[in-house]
Amino acid sequence: MPKTANPSTLDYSLKTAQDGTVHAEVRGRMEAGSVGPLWKELASRLKKPRGGLVLDVEKVDYMDMSGQALLLHFSRLVQDRNLPVEIRGLRSDFRHIQEQIDCFDCRPRPMQRKLSALEELGRAAVNLGRDTRQFFSFVGEFVSAFAYSLTHPGTVRWRDVLSHMEYVGGRAVFIIALMGFLIGVIIAFQTAITLRAFGAEIFVAKLLGLSMVRELGPLVTSIILAGRSGSAFAAEIGTMKTNEEINALQTMGLSPVRFLVVPRMLAAMLVTPLLCLFFLLFSFIGGALVMLSMDFTLSSYIHQLSTSVGMTDFLGGMVKVFVFSILVAWIGCVRGLQTGSGASAVGRSTTSAVVSAIVLIILADGIFAVVYYILGI
Amino acid sequence: MVKTYNVQSHTEHPVCVRKLYMGFPGETLLEEVSFDVYAGEVFVILGGSGSGKSTLLKHLIGLYSPLDGEIFIHGRSLTQATPGEKTQIMNSIGISYQSGALFGSMTLLENVRLPLEEFTDMPLEAMNLVCRLKLFQVGLEGYEKHLPSELSGGMQKRAAIARAMALDPSILFLDEPSAGLDPLTSLELDELILNIARTLKITFIIVTHELDSIFKIADRMIILDKRHKNLAAQGSPLELSRTHPDPWVRSFLNREKIAP
Repeated sequence: MPKTANPSTLDYSLKTAQDGTVHAEVRGRMEAGSVGPLWKELASRLKKPRGGLVLDVEKVDYMDMSGQALLLHFSRLVQDRNLPVEIRGLRSDFRHIQEQIDCFDCRPRPMQRKLSALEELGRAAVNLGRDTRQFFSFVGEFVSAFAYSLTHPGTVRWRDVLSHMEYVGGRAVFIIALMGFLIGVIIAFQTAITLRAFGAEIFVAKLLGLSMVRELGPLVTSIILAGRSGSAFAAEIGTMKTNEEINALQTMGLSPVRFLVVPRMLAAMLVTPLLCLFFLLFSFIGGALVMLSMDFTLSSYIHQLSTSVGMTDFLGGMVKVFVFSILVAWIGCVRGLQTGSGASAVGRSTTSAVVSAIVLIILADGIFAVVYYILGI
Repeated sequence: MVKTYNVQSHTEHPVCVRKLYMGFPGETLLEEVSFDVYAGEVFVILGGSGSGKSTLLKHLIGLYSPLDGEIFIHGRSLTQATPGEKTQIMNSIGISYQSGALFGSMTLLENVRLPLEEFTDMPLEAMNLVCRLKLFQVGLEGYEKHLPSELSGGMQKRAAIARAMALDPSILFLDEPSAGLDPLTSLELDELILNIARTLKITFIIVTHELDSIFKIADRMIILDKRHKNLAAQGSPLELSRTHPDPWVRSFLNREKIAP
């Protein structure tokens, strides 16, 4: 599709005289949608001006600011080389605008000075120091607000906690159940195929039980939490930040951490272990379906499952998912509060919330693996 | 229903509104409203809070469709225009929104350059010069590389006007340009509007309820009447404030309470 503002007509004829003077006769409408070709043509002919410039605009019916910019640019370009410029037949109303913009300096503005590598390094170090300080001050602020809320439960906005619990927990049940069921089916099926070669399909239940309870249940639940709720926390608080609602809270003497962060974190901490239970239940249902299709009885599947997964495994998984939920909700709120200004800043903090949450979950999972190994869990 | 409009009259003026019904299903805000905006004038839409000023503006710029009636921009019907025709009409008008609505991730120069990049075939150097000239016109020379968030409210409004003027429209719509500005900045903005209207012969349609500003810049105005869902008055502000027969109009413009 041709790019034109509105169909407009501009005719011109250009010729370069022997002494290098460029003569341009322009007719019609000199406006944003039509001056492009004339500008390019003049720019190529006046790359290295040898003579002057004669612009005949007597037959121009209309001239907008783009047309005026063309006159200004090329006459200054030629004048700067001490060559003559003549603009013929410029109507008085157009001349009036030319006079108004005559004091404008056409030359491109100098670019900002590029920083040296040392300066860049110094600035990066200062930024890192500031971010680290901000991080620790936020941790301190959060811990004190959280401790205060626990010792004074009456100050917690329980209505907010309930509404966040509904969003974080209630509305995530379907997706969690679906993911659990599908992952259960897939893992049971894949392992059954391999174990069948050894006639050991019955151990599918053992493998599924342990991997789900100890690893996949907490991991997948908290990754879904990061994508669904961590991002929502960051976007919601980030938008409040850009709308100056956070400033409004502060000036009312209310702590944004106590008001916005504590209810969200409490909600996430309370419902995520429950979500994980749902995930486990549906993954076992998925596994059961696979086992039943392989002619195993439901009772033998349940027996295998219950003997392989002990209370320690179960509690270990629950502790993990509880810690992951704290990390996800916390980083979501931190990124929200760190949002700069503008719509793009909200987008950046949302992305950063999800990425940071997933990195933190994996890191924490690694630490848990080591600690559980040392403790013999 | 056969509608007949006076074809002659609506091709003469930049904006013609004929028997406009607007509002939302089940709730009309204005009924059978007709008015014209003349070429090169500063035209103000005034009305109490909730009278539908901004909604009327959104109808005039084609964001909302009227329940009934017609809007003509340069003689072309906005309500019956095909999407292609609508784009052409949109390119002949400029709009500055109440909040400025500058794109936060772009510098001022990039904000103003966007319409030029999309709708003209000018070389980059030319576009940059035109944008700098627009910013120069609104008194923001030297701020080309700034992000909107780095500017004050008044500067953002002026930058929004510069962006609205990027394609040199013949009609500029401004939604509450001086809302939230200090009196001095507001005065500067009024002078800017008058200067642009005089030098570039642009028709301005402004929604505002700053009375001082109206008396200073408006050639003509309409006052929306919430009670009767119609126009309470149209004409020059000074004339209306002195001689209009309706005491409500006079008291509205003179900021006086009507005696019980």
